[in-house]
Amino acid sequence: MEALILTIIATSIPLLLAATGELITEKSGVLNLGVEGMMLSGAVGALGAVLWLENPYFGIIAGALSGILMASIFSIFTINFMTNQVATGLGLTIFATGLTGLAGAPLVGKTIPSLPKIEIFLLSDIPIIGNILFKQDFIAYLSIAIIIIITYFLKYSKPGVILRAVGDDHQSAHSVGYPVKKIRWYATCFGGMCAGIGGAYIPLVLTPHWSEGMTAGRGWIALALVVFASWIPWRIIVGALIFGGITIAQLVGQARGWPIPSQILSMMPYLATIIALTIISGRISKNNSVVPASLGKPFFDTQ
Amino acid sequence: MIKFCMRIFSLVALSASVLFLLINSTFAGNQTKVGFVYLTTPGDHGWTYAHELGKQMVEKRFGDDVKISVVENVPEGPDATRVIRELAKQGNEIIFTTSFGYMEPTLKVAKEFPNVKFEHITGYKRSKNVATGNIRFYEGRYIQGVVAGLMTKTNKIGYIGAYPIAEVIMGINAFAQGLRSVNKDASISVIWANTWYDPVKEADAAKVHIAEGADILAQHTDSPAMLQIAEKKGALGFGQSTDMSAFAPKAQLFASINNWGPYYIRKIEELKSGKWNTGDGPDHWAGNDWGGLKADMLIISKFQNMPSGVAQKAQEALDSLKSGKINIFAGPLVDNTGKEIIPSGKSLDDGALWGMNYYLKGVNGKIPG
Repeated sequence: MEALILTIIATSIPLLLAATGELITEKSGVLNLGVEGMMLSGAVGALGAVLWLENPYFGIIAGALSGILMASIFSIFTINFMTNQVATGLGLTIFATGLTGLAGAPLVGKTIPSLPKIEIFLLSDIPIIGNILFKQDFIAYLSIAIIIIITYFLKYSKPGVILRAVGDDHQSAHSVGYPVKKIRWYATCFGGMCAGIGGAYIPLVLTPHWSEGMTAGRGWIALALVVFASWIPWRIIVGALIFGGITIAQLVGQARGWPIPSQILSMMPYLATIIALTIISGRISKNNSVVPASLGKPFFDTQ
Repeated sequence: MIKFCMRIFSLVALSASVLFLLINSTFAGNQTKVGFVYLTTPGDHGWTYAHELGKQMVEKRFGDDVKISVVENVPEGPDATRVIRELAKQGNEIIFTTSFGYMEPTLKVAKEFPNVKFEHITGYKRSKNVATGNIRFYEGRYIQGVVAGLMTKTNKIGYIGAYPIAEVIMGINAFAQGLRSVNKDASISVIWANTWYDPVKEADAAKVHIAEGADILAQHTDSPAMLQIAEKKGALGFGQSTDMSAFAPKAQLFASINNWGPYYIRKIEELKSGKWNTGDGPDHWAGNDWGGLKADMLIISKFQNMPSGVAQKAQEALDSLKSGKINIFAGPLVDNTGKEIIPSGKSLDDGALWGMNYYLKGVNGKIPG
């Protein structure tokens, strides 16, 4: 059981990170559908860096930088040139799939050392809980730290309120004098960084090799998670664990021969997302929206 | 007079051009144009890489006598039709389409180009100019079963399958036959990944198998993720399509290696000598070419990470399969619900293998769908 819980947590972390990053991006009013692409570039960047510098921690930095690089490309087009965000995001994923395939070609067939587990003094000796919660790798701790920080940031800090203001009504924020474009740039790059680290987690911990398209659609699940969490950070943890848990439950069910068709279990997370969406749109009709009101709308500062 | 001169001139021009064409075709006549369509970039492991090695054997054997065009990364579906048509237009005389999903696109293009020969890998539909080729992958899985049965301590084998189709199911059943030939207490649990390729999911499935107590893992998916997990967690497993010992030096027991080269070479030789045919007949389920260990289309890599006694047993199984002493699907065969499939004295023919929709004794659970 313990091993299964650890597997669920490990599977959830890339989703958790990528979704958290996207949440911040979307809170600023930018819809970046390039999460899958940013995760892929994070994965290839991390693997390349570890092969080169022979230290898995550089993989985290390289993954973050690769994600930021991709997010910058997206920002230039959507924020500065005001292109359509949906089209640009899709384009980014397609572009990154090709680019990482090219960049990753010399890395195919190579394997790297995994990120070590860090034991926290005394806490990791607690039976069961210690093994599950306090014998994780650096990225796992980091992802929880990021969630806590952004929860505080969005709710209680002034920059967080400004970010939300930009995402809800960029014209008003602009007229009050906040630099809408600059804030969106930062938020998008933060999203890219998180997605990059999430992608890096795949070769650094889950399966230490590179192969083309190895994220296999996890970026899209992360996008669904943001909606599922209705833009509230702690709910992403719940959502990621549900997604991860159902993925693993589906595999366990097969190994143990449960009489539930595995396809039905595979369907559950998406059903949950649709239900979450329905509830959210119900709330919108009550004029109490949780969706950033300017989400996906380009900002023209000449208006 | 002018008319007459014109006639002479055109006659000369005509004969000259015919002569030129003749000379041209005799010089270029030996150079056969060969096309390959790959599902992914070859990389250096797995399904497409095995085809790439086969293509390299063709290059080595024929040298300048062949001109090879390769198109990589062709998704199964309408894109494949376009790519195959383009290869046919460019004058390739024989085109190898190397994935199951190219079946309909290959047949469609073949109808438009009746003079071009097509070889579709692992399909079952043929036409006048479409032949099919396949490997008896299940023979390698029988040996995997023998090794697994001798090596397992928990008597639990974890198997990761891609899709519940006949090709994968016959592999699982062959594995079970090998397993039960040496160990009647062991059984196989199957997890369907519902994808040929998703490293993270394959890794998750491997972790779940190990958490459920399996100590030997087998896969019918494409990435080396399962072996990497086995390596990390101290379990053992088998490589898929190509030798994967670089990913798991301590975990790989052996790999069944797909060897397409001899088949490609033979088909190109047949084409050059005008003997190419689809070999179609009523008994040809998998196509005219369904070769295994005996035909060298399936190769077993070095036996490693096992005691010499086990390696010897594995070698014996390999030799007996090659000589035909072992018939993997000989009766009496009973499925895992106890129903008799075939009585003693009979054995399953190729057609019955391609219709397999049951697990044999030794496999747990039910086939989904």
